Amino acid sequence: MKFFILAYKNLKRRKSRSFLTIGGVAVAVAVLVALLGFNAGYQEALTSDVDKMGYQVVVTAKGCPYEAATMILSGEAGLRFIDEDIYKQITSDPDIDKITPLLAQLAYDPEKMEGKGGFTNYLGIEESYMQLKPNVEILTGEWFSGNDVNEAILGYEAAESEQKSVGDKISIPGKDIKFTIVGVFNRTATQEDGTVFLPLKTTQRVFDIEGKLTGIGIKLKQIEKISEFEERLYPIASIQVISMSQVKGTILSLVNSAKILIMSVAFIAIFVAIIGVINTILMSVFERTQEIGIMKAIGASRSDIFKLIWMETLIICTLGGIFGSVIAIFGGNLTELLVRKVMPYAPGGRLLLITPDLLVYSFLGVIIVGIISGLYPAFKAASMRPIEVIRSGE
Amino acid sequence: MMGKWKRMKGWQNKMQDRIVLEATNLKKYYHRGLEIVKALDGVELKIKEREIASIVGPSGSGKTTLMNLIGCLDKATEGTLKIVNTEVTPLGENDLIKIRRENIGFVFQRFYLIPNLTVRENIELPLIFAKKSINEKKLSVLLEEVGLKGKERIQVKYLSGGDKQRTGIARALVNDPKILIADEPTGKLETEVKGQILELFKSLSEKGLAICIATHDLELAQATQRIIHLQDGKIVPKEKSDLYY
Repeated sequence: MKFFILAYKNLKRRKSRSFLTIGGVAVAVAVLVALLGFNAGYQEALTSDVDKMGYQVVVTAKGCPYEAATMILSGEAGLRFIDEDIYKQITSDPDIDKITPLLAQLAYDPEKMEGKGGFTNYLGIEESYMQLKPNVEILTGEWFSGNDVNEAILGYEAAESEQKSVGDKISIPGKDIKFTIVGVFNRTATQEDGTVFLPLKTTQRVFDIEGKLTGIGIKLKQIEKISEFEERLYPIASIQVISMSQVKGTILSLVNSAKILIMSVAFIAIFVAIIGVINTILMSVFERTQEIGIMKAIGASRSDIFKLIWMETLIICTLGGIFGSVIAIFGGNLTELLVRKVMPYAPGGRLLLITPDLLVYSFLGVIIVGIISGLYPAFKAASMRPIEVIRSGE
Repeated sequence: MMGKWKRMKGWQNKMQDRIVLEATNLKKYYHRGLEIVKALDGVELKIKEREIASIVGPSGSGKTTLMNLIGCLDKATEGTLKIVNTEVTPLGENDLIKIRRENIGFVFQRFYLIPNLTVRENIELPLIFAKKSINEKKLSVLLEEVGLKGKERIQVKYLSGGDKQRTGIARALVNDPKILIADEPTGKLETEVKGQILELFKSLSEKGLAICIATHDLELAQATQRIIHLQDGKIVPKEKSDLYY
């Protein structure tokens, strides 16, 4: 029998208490892993979303730039409209590499989500859209046959949820027009997967907003020239230029602010877990004073007792770390679901990115916590004088 | 029982045995507030190999203090104490641990075993602390000797009081000590088991072990070769002892 087995069997003697303490550590670890995983995942998903957008710059109507940008990221309608003439006006700018007009609209569909109701995103686009979206391809079917035709191309998920395919008809709630589905886009893991795409002119006609756009997506020849580009557009009073890297930074800084708060909660959970571990081990030390005294009488040195008690703490923290990581991995989907509900903008793809590195670091962290938490109880036990503790039981 | 045993061994043979424990003018004083308590006050004691000595005396006479000193669990205030020719009074904690590991085995009234460990695991404990590996053959002989053969895999919480004490004795013997210190070893046992434990002590002493038993049990004391009467921290002759025979 080795020290480890002895420490393990000591913990087994107080099953409920050990189990609860391990549970406390596991919850703290799970919270920490989930939060750090969320941080990494959100950042990656957002970066991927922004990169997949294809635009570096979006021109929108004046208003809250970040709200507008977030709405564009979400594939929703802009707050206000800009005139299509502005699009024509800035197309000739020398710094522009690619440009596409966008008209996003929302329509409430009471039949959506199995009768619960929900909004459907419609995006009016032109062929230039595809040049700015290298990751968007037509999976089945083809592009619209004209600029103002009652045809639609569905995002991958939109087609899946509506159970429609090329040749089927769809209609927009409240509009008495049938659209023929001419194509389905591939899965892009962005908000566009749930969008219904219509020709720009058709969208303007159907929603009765002729000559209006909600945004203009632009890819510059050199992104470094964005400030000069912005300056040139400055005289146009009704628009604003939003760089997507700014949007990304702003959303991440908002997420970071929330993260500080959530991390404080995680650290409180860890602190409570540490106190729990110290309490459990200290209690078991006090309950076993005679036993520790006897161990010393039969040859255990101070360092033996220290090692034994310390090992018990480490076993608790190690098991807590393992269970916590397992909870974080398997409970990740639930966390993601919750996060998606509460976040104002949640990018596509996995929000929770639990990497082996993250698990290893969290695990090492909990071991360090175990080493620190075990110090005091182990020191206390090692300092007991055999004679006093044996006598205390008599 | 005692007579038969005495005849079998004979005192003459014992005279040749070396002294394994020698206390000279051993004193242990405690402070209780301003008062000084003389728990032991000049004890002179020699115990040889193969000897079973019982230490008797009323409560507070200094029995436990003496046992703790000779067990190297506590340090004397004054005097000298030799354990197998090593003067232990000036030694520090680490050296005392070494002396305990190599020379002394403890048996307690309340057994003090770890309940969820098996008989074997409890017996192995001193070896773990001494960083020694277990000798299977020796362990088997030891289990046979104490009467626990076949019970080594049972958790001690399921054992009878007698078997618990046998486990305690085996644990005390696993490091091959020269002295066995037993504090009321039969205090929690039934009469029949008490006799068995005493027989076990006798057989162990015949193999060279010196056994020192602190007890209130006069029947047990009378079954040992020598009774040491302690009163007010001093060894007194039998006729001066307060104990009633």
